[in-house]
Amino acid sequence: MTAIAITNIDKSYRSLKALSGVSLAIERGEFFGLLGPNGAGKTTLISIIAGLTRADSGRVSILGHDVVTDFREARRKLGVVPQELVFDPFFTVRETLRLQSGYFGLKNNDDWIDEVMNNLDLDDKADANMRSLSGGMKRRVLVAQALVHKPPVIMLDEPTAGVDVELRQTLWQFIGRLNREGHTIVLTTHYLEEAQALCNRIAMMKNGRIVALDTTDALIKRVSESQLTLQLKEGALPDSLQPLVSNCDLSRPLKTYTLRIDNYAELEKILAQLRENGTTIGDMQLKQADLEDVFIQIMNGEAG
Amino acid sequence: MFSVSFRTLLSKEVLRFWKVAAQTIAAPVLSSVLYLLIFGHVLESHVEVFPGVSYIAFLVPGLVMMSVLQNSFANSSSSLIQSKINGSLVFVLLAPVSYWEFFGAYLLSAIARGLIVGAGVFVITAWFASLSFAAPWWILIFALLSAAILGAMGMIAGIWADKFDQLATFQNFLIMPATFLSGVFYSIHSLPAFWQTISHFNPFFYMVDGFRYGFFGQSDVNPWTSLTIVVLFFVFLARLTIRLLKSGYKLRH
Repeated sequence: MTAIAITNIDKSYRSLKALSGVSLAIERGEFFGLLGPNGAGKTTLISIIAGLTRADSGRVSILGHDVVTDFREARRKLGVVPQELVFDPFFTVRETLRLQSGYFGLKNNDDWIDEVMNNLDLDDKADANMRSLSGGMKRRVLVAQALVHKPPVIMLDEPTAGVDVELRQTLWQFIGRLNREGHTIVLTTHYLEEAQALCNRIAMMKNGRIVALDTTDALIKRVSESQLTLQLKEGALPDSLQPLVSNCDLSRPLKTYTLRIDNYAELEKILAQLRENGTTIGDMQLKQADLEDVFIQIMNGEAG
Repeated sequence: MFSVSFRTLLSKEVLRFWKVAAQTIAAPVLSSVLYLLIFGHVLESHVEVFPGVSYIAFLVPGLVMMSVLQNSFANSSSSLIQSKINGSLVFVLLAPVSYWEFFGAYLLSAIARGLIVGAGVFVITAWFASLSFAAPWWILIFALLSAAILGAMGMIAGIWADKFDQLATFQNFLIMPATFLSGVFYSIHSLPAFWQTISHFNPFFYMVDGFRYGFFGQSDVNPWTSLTIVVLFFVFLARLTIRLLKSGYKLRH
């Protein structure tokens, strides 16, 4: 069964068209990435899925439950980590998690609350007031709140924005485990290396539309180009290689050239030409295309 | 009978004011006692009230009702605006809580705070006056309905306001004048004819007058008239609040 089915969603804020005809199906068990620049419509889409915002037209369902007409079941199936660092200053961490459990109709949920706190390293903060926590700790509580009702679908809206490495590792270990146990994860993030490492499928949004949707591997393959950076110790770059140069820096002690190559077979030819030309290489780096390259190209309208 | 979601939201709303009881309960009780001491002694011999009822005794139910009204309003309005501004309302909006449950929990917690403060004011101010309880059920009914009305008004204000100053406008230009001009400190029969007529358009007047009837068995207007107006006013506000919640006005954008 489809975890999240989004059909033809439109949403405008006065004259601003935030989403235009967005359709998307996220399958159960996926680790799905929703990427795009600021203002692309990611948070609006997440808010519509979560029932925080109402679409002008179109339909969203979570595990078959419509988020408007069958909102109770739809919300029970969904856990959302909001982007903003929000908290209720009247309560402790444990009280916050108990209240959140109660909102979802769960009584006596302390065993799971303890497990969630343990997995997010929140045990020693259980009785601390929310106001007294650092930003990173508050972020952990937000994640814990999204998980108190064991939702099969979890959406994280930029959960690692401005948090330290330790939390990122803790968070991704825990979320990874939940994904392996069958939970569907939807992630928005500006950290593309994070999305590349975690997500098996990615949608990219721009100006309220989905402009790319594919598996992470297939997206990266869309950009076949790699970059070869050469630092020359002696001699010059042969004229035959000049058309491949995408960047050069002649101000350094070793002249530095960045060349675009389509495949590794070209590497052998380039090295041969350098040898024939009597050019000596001081240093060499080969960088494969990654999600960031794909993202930039798609956002620039080159690789959609 | 009531869902866990509803009971949790209600207990959270009650805990919210209970945890800061010095500010939400003790402070308004103290204010009312000061009103009694100052207005009671200054106006004791100047204000015309019901026959056989001292001004201080007349003032006590008025002050109790004023506390109920102001604190019921303050509870639901401040809870909503605070959670809207600090963003924590999202936790309720993400949960499977229906608009009926939302309405019920905020309304009941507002009633609870209004009645607790009102009871506190009564217990302390009753020391200063000899009170009768001519019709106790009327006391209870008017206290409950009035707290509910102001709880609903607080929800409407909290939903509508985007900033604290907007809420203050609602409170200072609507709730406060309507409360002070409702006959808390005087019988409207002591007013000039024009202001007596104006007072009859103030629903708060009927809340205070009906409540006072429960103590003295005397009122400016027939208590059944007051009850009818208060019930109708509550039904109107409750329907409006539920409509706002159902539509998601300023909550689900």
